[in-house]
Amino acid sequence: MHIIINIFAGAFLLMGLVFFLGGAVGIMRMPDFYSRLHPAGKLDTLGIFAMVAGLVIYNFHHLSVAMVLLSIKMFLIVFFVFLASPTATHSIVDAGMRAGLRPWTRKKEKES
Amino acid sequence: MQTGKQEEKRAGFFSFIITFVFMFATWIILSGHFEPLLIGLGLLSSLAVAWFFHDLLFAGAGVRDIGVFVRFCRYMPWLIVEIIKANFHMLYLVFHPRMHQMIDPHIIQFQAGLTSDIAITTLANAITLTPGTVTITANADGGFRVHAIDRQSAQGLPGEMQDRVAHVYGETR
Repeated sequence: MHIIINIFAGAFLLMGLVFFLGGAVGIMRMPDFYSRLHPAGKLDTLGIFAMVAGLVIYNFHHLSVAMVLLSIKMFLIVFFVFLASPTATHSIVDAGMRAGLRPWTRKKEKES
Repeated sequence: MQTGKQEEKRAGFFSFIITFVFMFATWIILSGHFEPLLIGLGLLSSLAVAWFFHDLLFAGAGVRDIGVFVRFCRYMPWLIVEIIKANFHMLYLVFHPRMHQMIDPHIIQFQAGLTSDIAITTLANAITLTPGTVTITANADGGFRVHAIDRQSAQGLPGEMQDRVAHVYGETR
């Protein structure tokens, strides 16, 4: 039983790490301001979801009321990230648009 | 006149109850103590908070909003599945060696047939949460401008997502 819990917890933690790594690599590789926000703002949301799910599964080792409450608290973190992340992404995009930054497009690349 | 006032009072009481339940549930989760004294203190403080702030958090909530809440809970799993699918697509793009040939950032505009503020906000947040698309602007008339990373991500808009959000808030076109 302990081995199964450890395998599942490890798998979820690894998945979260891969998503965070993808987010970091995406920020480096994308061509412009707006497209960089796609990996930065979004891969993180599933990354943090997978990480917290892994930790919650690890909590099943010592099943008690306190641990269940702790798990709910951790999912509250995910809930607030899911609320805050799109809002922050949107306000960054809005700031770029107000400042008049033109988005990178395929056509522009061919001209230059 | 009399009935209007009474109805307003009932709506205020309903939002008071909702706020109280919400506050007390949060209090129990965050404290984790179950002694009668501490539970009583929590009850008192959530009552006080609900009394003073019930017109802030769920202003104008009525009994019919229970249906909205139930439909919203049924919509959440679909949204999470969409987020996971789109995240894997994004991950594939980011690690692909020829990424620069595959992406095609462009801005699309469309008119969503939604009227209420909360429905437009929910749709804007849902679009931003699914990777590949970011809402740039959304105005009160339901006009959206969306930045999409490639053609495939933009295909699903406004389509199914809008229909589901409209269904949650009981807005049919």
